[in-house]
Amino acid sequence: MVTKFDIENLNIWFKEVRALKDVSLKIQANEILSVIGPSNSGKTTFIRMLNRMNELQYNFRMNGKVELDGFDVRKIDLEPLRKRVGMVFALPLPLPLSIFDNVVYGARMHGINNKNKLKEIVERSLKQAYIWDEVKDRLGVSAYKLSGGQQQRLCIARTLAVGPEVILYDEPCSGLDPISTAKVEETMLKLKEKYTIVLVTNNVKQAARVGDRTAFFLNGELVELDKTDQIFTAPRDKRTDGYIRGKFG
Amino acid sequence: MLVRKLKELIIEKIIFLCGVLSIIFVGLIFLFLLKEGLALFKFISPGGFLFGKSWYPISEPAQLGVLPLILGSLIVTLGAAVISIPIGVGCAVYIAEVAPAKTKEVLKTGIELLAAIPSVVLGFIGMVTLVPWVKNIFHLPTGLTALSGSIMLAFMAMPTIVSIAEDALYSVPKSYKEGALALGATRWQSIYRVMLPAASSGILAAVMLGLGRVIGETMAVMMITGNAAVIPQSILVPVRTLTATIAAEMGEAVVGSEHYFALFAVGIVLFVISFAINVTADLFLHKKR
Amino acid sequence: MHNSQRTQKIAFLFLFLATLLIVVPVGLIVVIIIQKGLPAINWQFLTDIPRQGMRAGGIFPAIVGTMYLVAGAIVFALPIGLLAAIYLSEYSKDNFLNRLIKLAIVNLAGVPSVVYGLFGLALFVIFLKFGASILSGSLTLGIMILPIIITASREALESVPDSFREVSLSLGASKWQTIRHIVLPNAVPGILTGTILGLGRAAGETAPILFTVAAFYLPRLPHSIFDQAMALPYHLYVISTQVPNVDEKIRYGTALVLLVLVLFMNLVAIIIRYKFRKKKKW
Repeated sequence: MVTKFDIENLNIWFKEVRALKDVSLKIQANEILSVIGPSNSGKTTFIRMLNRMNELQYNFRMNGKVELDGFDVRKIDLEPLRKRVGMVFALPLPLPLSIFDNVVYGARMHGINNKNKLKEIVERSLKQAYIWDEVKDRLGVSAYKLSGGQQQRLCIARTLAVGPEVILYDEPCSGLDPISTAKVEETMLKLKEKYTIVLVTNNVKQAARVGDRTAFFLNGELVELDKTDQIFTAPRDKRTDGYIRGKFG
Repeated sequence: MLVRKLKELIIEKIIFLCGVLSIIFVGLIFLFLLKEGLALFKFISPGGFLFGKSWYPISEPAQLGVLPLILGSLIVTLGAAVISIPIGVGCAVYIAEVAPAKTKEVLKTGIELLAAIPSVVLGFIGMVTLVPWVKNIFHLPTGLTALSGSIMLAFMAMPTIVSIAEDALYSVPKSYKEGALALGATRWQSIYRVMLPAASSGILAAVMLGLGRVIGETMAVMMITGNAAVIPQSILVPVRTLTATIAAEMGEAVVGSEHYFALFAVGIVLFVISFAINVTADLFLHKKR
Repeated sequence: MHNSQRTQKIAFLFLFLATLLIVVPVGLIVVIIIQKGLPAINWQFLTDIPRQGMRAGGIFPAIVGTMYLVAGAIVFALPIGLLAAIYLSEYSKDNFLNRLIKLAIVNLAGVPSVVYGLFGLALFVIFLKFGASILSGSLTLGIMILPIIITASREALESVPDSFREVSLSLGASKWQTIRHIVLPNAVPGILTGTILGLGRAAGETAPILFTVAAFYLPRLPHSIFDQAMALPYHLYVISTQVPNVDEKIRYGTALVLLVLVLFMNLVAIIIRYKFRKKKKW
């Protein structure tokens, strides 16, 4: 197994509030790591560390080690890092552009302007996100014309179009109906052949359905990390057990 | 990649420069007013300038006391305040709380258009309509009086007062009003007892900014107040304001003369007044948040 | 209860009267100017130079002068104002410098227009030796409308949702690319509104151009930006107060042209804003 992310003793503060406490874990290549925990448990802060989105908040402070393929992420320039580590947000967030322009936005920013190349990227990414058939005849219309579930798959395609190695999903199904959720999960399972996936979710069952391993966060601490089966059948920590059984959060 | 980075670095430096340019401009304005205005005090003491009762800039020797001008500005402003504050605040309350939604939009647009009318046009209209009325109603030798100026300037203050006061009322949380209404208060009672007190600092700021506009107003006031640089004894006589003095006399003042320096010193007085008003109003506006 | 209802009726009546006291005179002003000014408007009035000491002929040089001044002011103020707005909305942090800049903008907006005139005279006309010229006048007007452009543009930029910025950044776009391709295009209507309002203000102001550019009587078009020029608002002032025996029709006509010019710009701005609000996608 190849280690993709190596995190050791990671601490994060926003202003004086400590959001993560001494978190250490490794994320393997081509796995789906589910991250569960109640709100304010630090799980979103955790994945936003992996592509350094936390730094947008200017009260942000951190120490510890976060390495991607053995390189400190803080020493990688933001743009190439985020190109390698893509992100899908909680709500479908299409840009106010056409479907086509949404998908190629990242590629264009990275200097790809060849029309045929862009078309190729659009088709490949939309197919990977299982939405090609639904939109192939109307690539020029506004992305806002799509349903919520379609929008979210478009956002996944947009992330894939940049050619990432890792995809961070930040509660990607929180605004979606069960059918759309199933479609998004299906894409995730297919994508893990090529990509490393980190899935933050409020939905414990979703974590159980798609995750190879599951990490449980509580109050900024990593309580337990294990094979998903293990976590859901015989958790070692009783707080994990309590959360999974729905005692809090 | 490297070229793009360099380009963006340069762009960001330019953006920063433009960001601080406002500070630089305010500094430059003050600096140049001081540079030209402070020279006056080689000829006359600051006390003699501020409290001198006569403004005869071209007599020999020149008498450069700005007290009549300050009092002229003051009386015109006070008059405008008396007219514009109740009407302006009343209109703001009407727009914010009473008017139906469609009327509201129309009124707001109308107020915005009033704010856009150039002061020279208002001055012109004041000259040909208001001035004769004032003359006839009060049986005066001339209608070019402080009162005419006050009325016209009230119209320039009102858009500012209305729009900022309306904003202040609008930003009072809805729950305040709903709470009052739920307790059985009438709409008027909820406005009078809850909304107005809650919006008071914003309304105060609105009034100050409106009056700031009056003190700084130049063209209309120059065209309809008669421009007599004497200490006013009533509101029905011609007066001359600080602004009108600069506008009317700078054209004739010889660069580098006492008169020229004095007009810049008047500019300093105006700048300081407007600075004080704006800073205070800004404090009030941010207090409410 | 009955009593408080009556109090409310009376109070609302007074509020309504206050509103009428503003609206009716404004309406009257506009109607009077249109009514008395319209007969003066004809092709010759708009395209001829003033003749017989401004007692006859047209106002063409004043119109052209105002156009030059407004164009000059916007060429100067739009880039600076827009970049300053970008700084405030996208780059600055909530610190002392930021507060100082905001305070400076508030003060620039509050400086009396005649003080801008003095400043323009001292800096551009005398110190930089531009003389009384279109250049000096434009720069003075430009600084004067800067706060209008900055404030409107900043509001427009800040109304673009943060989530757009996050999406763009998360795709590996740089900060400037995000501003250039996502933030700015979505703020264009607001920026345009502010710019047009600034134009309107620059077109109507008299005091800042009194000593920096305005020519009392110059019956020809300006030759270069170092030339003096006539301007509509100053021309109205001159024929209203400085020149005796000018036909009232010419005065009203000039006032009408100026008023229409300024109100037209404001209406355009209002319409753009209104349309944009209706169309907003987020």
